Amino acid sequence: MAHSDGITKPKTRRSKRFLETREPKLLENVKNAMIMKGGNTSQTVTQALKDIYSLKKPNAVLYKKKNITRPFEDSTSLEFFSKKSDCSLFLFGSHNKKRPNNLIFGRLFDFHVLDMIELGVEKFVSLSEFKISKCPEGTKPMLVFAGEAFEMDNELKRLKSLLIDFFRGPTVPAVRLAGLEHVLHFTAVDGKIYLRSYRCLLKKSGCRIPRIELEEIGPSFDLVLRRTHLASDDLYKLAHKQPKALKPKKKKNISHDAFGTKFGRVHMQKQDLSKLQTRKMRGLKKRKGEVVAEEEQRSEPKVAKTES
Amino acid sequence: MLGIMAACSVEELLAKAEQEEAEKLKTISVQKELDLDFDVGNLLACDKNRIESRDFKEQKKEDFLRALARDNTQLLINEIWKLPTERVEEAIVAKLPEPATRLPREKPPPKPKPPTKWEQFAKLKGIQKKKKTNMVWDETAKEWRRRWGYKRANDDTKDWLIEVPQTSDPNEDQFAKRVHAKKERVAKNEFNRLKNIARAQKIKTPGVGLLPRTKQSKDELSRAVSVAKTSTASAGRFQDRLPKEKPPKNAGKRRKFEPLIGDFSSEKQKQLELLKVMDSKRPKLDITKAVNKQMREEDREEAASKRKGRKGGAAGRPKGKGGKGKGGRAGGGKAGGGGKRRGKPGKR
Repeated sequence: MAHSDGITKPKTRRSKRFLETREPKLLENVKNAMIMKGGNTSQTVTQALKDIYSLKKPNAVLYKKKNITRPFEDSTSLEFFSKKSDCSLFLFGSHNKKRPNNLIFGRLFDFHVLDMIELGVEKFVSLSEFKISKCPEGTKPMLVFAGEAFEMDNELKRLKSLLIDFFRGPTVPAVRLAGLEHVLHFTAVDGKIYLRSYRCLLKKSGCRIPRIELEEIGPSFDLVLRRTHLASDDLYKLAHKQPKALKPKKKKNISHDAFGTKFGRVHMQKQDLSKLQTRKMRGLKKRKGEVVAEEEQRSEPKVAKTES
Repeated sequence: MLGIMAACSVEELLAKAEQEEAEKLKTISVQKELDLDFDVGNLLACDKNRIESRDFKEQKKEDFLRALARDNTQLLINEIWKLPTERVEEAIVAKLPEPATRLPREKPPPKPKPPTKWEQFAKLKGIQKKKKTNMVWDETAKEWRRRWGYKRANDDTKDWLIEVPQTSDPNEDQFAKRVHAKKERVAKNEFNRLKNIARAQKIKTPGVGLLPRTKQSKDELSRAVSVAKTSTASAGRFQDRLPKEKPPKNAGKRRKFEPLIGDFSSEKQKQLELLKVMDSKRPKLDITKAVNKQMREEDREEAASKRKGRKGGAAGRPKGKGGKGKGGRAGGGKAGGGGKRRGKPGKR
């Protein structure tokens, strides 16, 4: 078995590396998506799936064959596929009379279904219909969500999180400024969700920051929300749990006051104040000769008085 | 006059400069009611402003969406351009912060593995792991060879001569002994590894009895059955037996000793019988039985050595020879006695 707990050990280096990429880690890999068709699909749906696959390349697998399953009723075959291909996102396209041009976006946690949201495609313009040169494969897209519905409605909030997860691509520490070409814009208006994909051109403006001009390249979808299957709260919380090792270690004993001055406490052992090292002034040191002189001085003025 | 004119022109210049700057900024500034939420680590921007359905329906949808997208993207680009940049191989690169949006994980975080028996001991004693070099100097070959693996240094298995140590049996096969010892070490290592895994997962391993999912052999099964049978309050005396099951061979007590001072007459009988047998001069050994047993053993060994010979020629051959030699000689004692008598059966 793959995650065999060490009983069956891999016999080659290559298989060992393969198993290591698939095991749970602190910092996870990019999420892969599996794109599959249902029992019956229309031309729109197949073209839509192909276009989203090209958006998500190379972190996606497109299955050619039809799978006669219904994700909302029985998710075991989805879970089996995800285990075999190590994908935690899926997109299931189907078409029937009751739900025409159906797309189900979903994600899995620990190879069990976490969230599933069904969207109906009302209008779809494919990639091939835009006769403009496209962005290269694998560019990290900029994501923009517009519309207050994405904050207000619970289901749309989950949909937003799912779409971010789906389209965001690998997490990189730095990005080339000239390579920020692709923008995916989601608008929620009037109960519908509009997805548009643009290529942004950085034009010269007077100052350092360029002016943006957009031209539409990619597929454009007009989606309507249908059924949803959202994870229960505790499963959702469990899925978000980050291991402690990832949290940045807090440096103790550092505090800042209102002005931003850094403070820290220094802890000392108990000090013997009589043996403290202080500044010494040699002139003020009490010497043996002085003591005698003082006494003499005291007695002298008396003598002087009587004399005068 | 000139001074005033100069002053006017200076003012004009300043005004012009301000105008130009405002124009420049106009190209990249966007007016919005509410500021957008930015997650630059994910290159994400969220616009919470209300979209008036009226505006949306008035214009053509695409143009409205495009204008909205342009504005939002401009704001996002403004944010990204605020990040610190550096130059990496002729490209200007902006350093992104950590992504701020909390997204669910793919798989649960890995559980820390409990330390193995050796790791516990090493921690207790303060033993540090020492990194060993890959290459070791090989005296016989006078070159650097790897510590383990193909063509290793000081390879034990390639010895063509092994000295028989003083304390061991001269007829023992030293090569076979080495191979056997290696197999034992490997098996012991594997066993300890599995024990560590079982301890890590807190799986209870049975001391006697069957492990789940392994291939059970006939003896293991029969042993497990007999152990289960005898582990009753009456030590298995009243347990039902299956129709064709044979009664256990060593049933009940292992040995029964007569009491020291018991039945005198029976003791006397036993002693007299013993004397009679010793006197009879008939061989106590059943000759045919012994000879048959020896022949059977020899056949078995030949078959085993043939199998071994097919599997691994050189390794098998000395073992087979050694084994056979041993068997031959051990049997030889018996057969010698039997054989000698065989030649002259009826003499006595």
